[in-house]
Amino acid sequence: MNLTLKIWRQKDAKAKGKFVTYKINDISPDCSFLEMLDILNEQLVEKDEEPVAFDHDCREGICGTCSLYINGRPHGPDEAVTTCQLHMRKFKDGDTIVIEPWRAKPFPVIKDLIVDRYAFDKIIQAGGYISVNTGGVPDANAIPVPKEKADLSMDAASCIGCGACVAACKNASAMLFVSAKVSQLALLPQGKTEAKRRVQKMVAKMDELGFGNCTNTYACEAECPKEISVENIARMNREFLGAKIGGNKKEK
Amino acid sequence: MTKLNSKTPEGPLAEKWRNYRSNQNLVNPANKRKLDIIVIGTGLAGAAAAASFAELGFNVKVFCIQDSPRRAHSIAAQGGINAAKNYPNDGDSIYRLFYDTIKGGDYRAREANVYRLAEVSNNIIDQCVAQGVPFAREYGGLLDNRSFGGALVSRTFYARGQTGQQLLLGAYGALSKEIEKGSVEMYTRHEMQDIVIIEDRARGIIARNIITGELERHFGHAVVLATGGYGNVFFLSTNAMNSNGSAIFRAYKKGALFGNPCFTQIHPTCIPVHGDYQSKLTLMSESLRNDGRIWVPKNKEDAEKIQKGELKPTEIAEEDRDYYLERRYPAFGNLVPRDVASRAAKERCDAGYGVGPTGLAVYLDFEDAINRLGRDAIEAKYGNLFQMYEKIVDEDPYTTPMMIYPAVHYTMGGLWVDYELQTTITGLFAAGEANFSDHGANRLGASALMQGLSDGYFVIPYTMQNYLADQIGVKRISTDHEAFEKAEKESQERIDRIMAVKGKTSVDTFHKKLGLIVWEYIGMSRNKEGLEKAIGMIREIREEFWKDVKITGDITGMNTELEKGLRVADYIDLAELMAYDALQREESCGGHFREEYQTGEGEALRNDKEFTYVSAWEYKGDGEKPELHKEDLNFEFVEVKQRSYK
Ligand SMILES: Cc1cc2nc3c(=O)[nH]c(=O)nc-3n(C[C@H](O)[C@H](O)[C@H](O)COP(=O)(O)OP(=O)(O)OC[C@H]3O[C@@H](n4cnc5c(N)ncnc54)[C@H](O)[C@@H]3O)c2cc1C
Ligand code: FES
Repeated sequence: MNLTLKIWRQKDAKAKGKFVTYKINDISPDCSFLEMLDILNEQLVEKDEEPVAFDHDCREGICGTCSLYINGRPHGPDEAVTTCQLHMRKFKDGDTIVIEPWRAKPFPVIKDLIVDRYAFDKIIQAGGYISVNTGGVPDANAIPVPKEKADLSMDAASCIGCGACVAACKNASAMLFVSAKVSQLALLPQGKTEAKRRVQKMVAKMDELGFGNCTNTYACEAECPKEISVENIARMNREFLGAKIGGNKKEK
Repeated sequence: MTKLNSKTPEGPLAEKWRNYRSNQNLVNPANKRKLDIIVIGTGLAGAAAAASFAELGFNVKVFCIQDSPRRAHSIAAQGGINAAKNYPNDGDSIYRLFYDTIKGGDYRAREANVYRLAEVSNNIIDQCVAQGVPFAREYGGLLDNRSFGGALVSRTFYARGQTGQQLLLGAYGALSKEIEKGSVEMYTRHEMQDIVIIEDRARGIIARNIITGELERHFGHAVVLATGGYGNVFFLSTNAMNSNGSAIFRAYKKGALFGNPCFTQIHPTCIPVHGDYQSKLTLMSESLRNDGRIWVPKNKEDAEKIQKGELKPTEIAEEDRDYYLERRYPAFGNLVPRDVASRAAKERCDAGYGVGPTGLAVYLDFEDAINRLGRDAIEAKYGNLFQMYEKIVDEDPYTTPMMIYPAVHYTMGGLWVDYELQTTITGLFAAGEANFSDHGANRLGASALMQGLSDGYFVIPYTMQNYLADQIGVKRISTDHEAFEKAEKESQERIDRIMAVKGKTSVDTFHKKLGLIVWEYIGMSRNKEGLEKAIGMIREIREEFWKDVKITGDITGMNTELEKGLRVADYIDLAELMAYDALQREESCGGHFREEYQTGEGEALRNDKEFTYVSAWEYKGDGEKPELHKEDLNFEFVEVKQRSYK
């Protein structure tokens, strides 16, 4: 396959970025999207040009490192995959492919296609866990968990924290990400104890970091490579409301 | 430093760890606040250790390469984690898990460490459940288990095909909790370049800020390396792209001995190589061998037709299929350990029975399981793996068998550590895949996650205190100290040197070339002649690399070519070390198969009389042959036998 690539190049956070066009030839349809970029980079190095910087690590759809806005869609045209799992067979010979970084205020560009997603870590730090220390916990089978609940919890826990939901949302809302963690823990008896506190702290942090509001367009669910359901958002809203009514106001 | 002291505690096997803890030194809470610990790595081992240290009251600084601690390579582990809970009531026990691990490792691991691992395995599961890890459950609400290779019991806990992800997110949660409290300072996108040693003790590190390119100095009373394995020395492996061997190799160059470098694991079930642009290999979890049956055609003519695309696997009649693992190993069948399964696949393919366009693949077939359990049941268990396969290969594994082939997956070798997980540099510890302990010459499936979390949650938080107890009087050392100055200068010079080469050949070209040599001569099977040849070839690559490598971009700011270049420089040296180690070990054991030493049936033939030891290599200077030290392994509690899975 022969392709034209329009790639966002930006030297660093402060620089002004721009699109640069590259031609690339003889790409096998069995090649992955990132392998195609590897080939481009090898060619750039050959020509003494700086390769395109992009984030990636596991290359099997689980670490959430890869990103990329491809032809206007986070993680490209294929359903339920990350960019690293996208294969060139989803494109046609002669196609022009536009490749951009995530565009969202809380995710500033670091270089070329790489953005800073530490805001997600900050939201988790605010309360996305169960506050137990190492040791002194009950036997794993001491508290039975209904299989349905455990399965739903696992569905929510599949979130890889890539940020596609934020990139897809016109408001740059992080609701799907936050609600996945809130749901995972709220569905388990182990996570119930501090459920109210957790949802309040995480939502407060999300707002503080400049993520937008959710206006129920569900673009996040449509673009999520792990098919995390918007039902989690509904569940979180219930948790959040419950926490307000339950009056956890003294909690800072 | 010829005598290696494992510091194994006295007493009966089952009491060693308890005795150790009863008698070890501890640090009182007020003093903990005065002590700083540096942890490199946020995989299972690093994240668990850092969170646990911080909970105890130490000051912790944590470093990782990725943009978030949650993205460490552990996230990619699929199949599961072992523990001796015996929930299924099928005869498991701590002793049996210990025994299986020692035997699986082909009697090349330290008994006391392995027993401790089996002992704390149960605490890990308790801990993870308390953290909210959504393990698979049965309808009664209790935890489900499945089987993995090398065991006759079901002791593997799992969270779909994403066990590593869930365990790591649990540890990441614990770490995040401590970051929020201010007891952990987190440094993402930082790569450790060197260890700083002051008066023979590890006292800090030099790290490169990946975004700015600046070198930074960080002090710690002790340093823990939890930097994972070095499988990427092969270029193609199942490891994440950022997994690397540099941190432990830098430590080796600073005087830490390197244990069993040639013990690498080739995993039997990976998606076969499909093109020379390929960047990495994808694992298909070992758990699939619970329900999948491995076969190749019985007749060579059929295999050839399949290779040419003239015949489909589904067209081959049952009686014309060779389920070679079930045939050769009736007791364990498709669940033999990885080294055995990998060699058997290679043997069939080398003999001309392989399938797929290259002939370098065998089938993993779910037809029977789907007929028996239904498609839904298979989908519930392995759905994400099947999807992953379909996306890569563009074939539907529900209707046509998967094609698989062995690939590099794990490194049993790593920094030599004693019972306390301390390296031969005082104050420098190694945890998780970065150390050599526990798995001997072959690791059993679902045991790496167990070891990472065991080291991180339940071992090093104790043993570290035994070391730090006599460090309470040591004031924080200023990073203006000449040792920091010198280490930073060395790191800078190394970077300057590689940038100055300005050659013509890209880093990846060198890496691929090296990888092919390592795969060919230090891979699944090895022999004297090949190893000697490999050493010569590796030396040539080194010479060429430092004459002709091309690093584009600047020294300041983000520069991925530079990052890769520095790692590949270490891989070249590490590959040579692996070859020395494979050459001196004139026996076959576990993942180390020397063609000269095999039984009449082609099984690995150990030489216990001469080789029941850990090889630990000491760096002797660039271009010098490293010196071999030996830690003799004494088997007091198990009888050393020829491994048999028949
Ligand atoms: C595809 C796959 C599937 C697997 N499945 C299983 C399974 O089902 N069960 C099982 O038991 N095992 C499995 N394993 C093995 C297991 O995942 C690993 O052995 C284990 O996760 C290693 O954990 P770790 O904490 O030692 O290191 P890692 O998770 O590799 O973490 C290393 C950390 O060190 C950091 N680091 C490295 N170098 C530096 C440096 N110089 N400076 C700063 N930071 C650095 C990295 O950023 C990272 O945070 C699997 C492995 C693979 C590849
Ligand atoms: S690189 Fe890990 S999800 Fe894409």
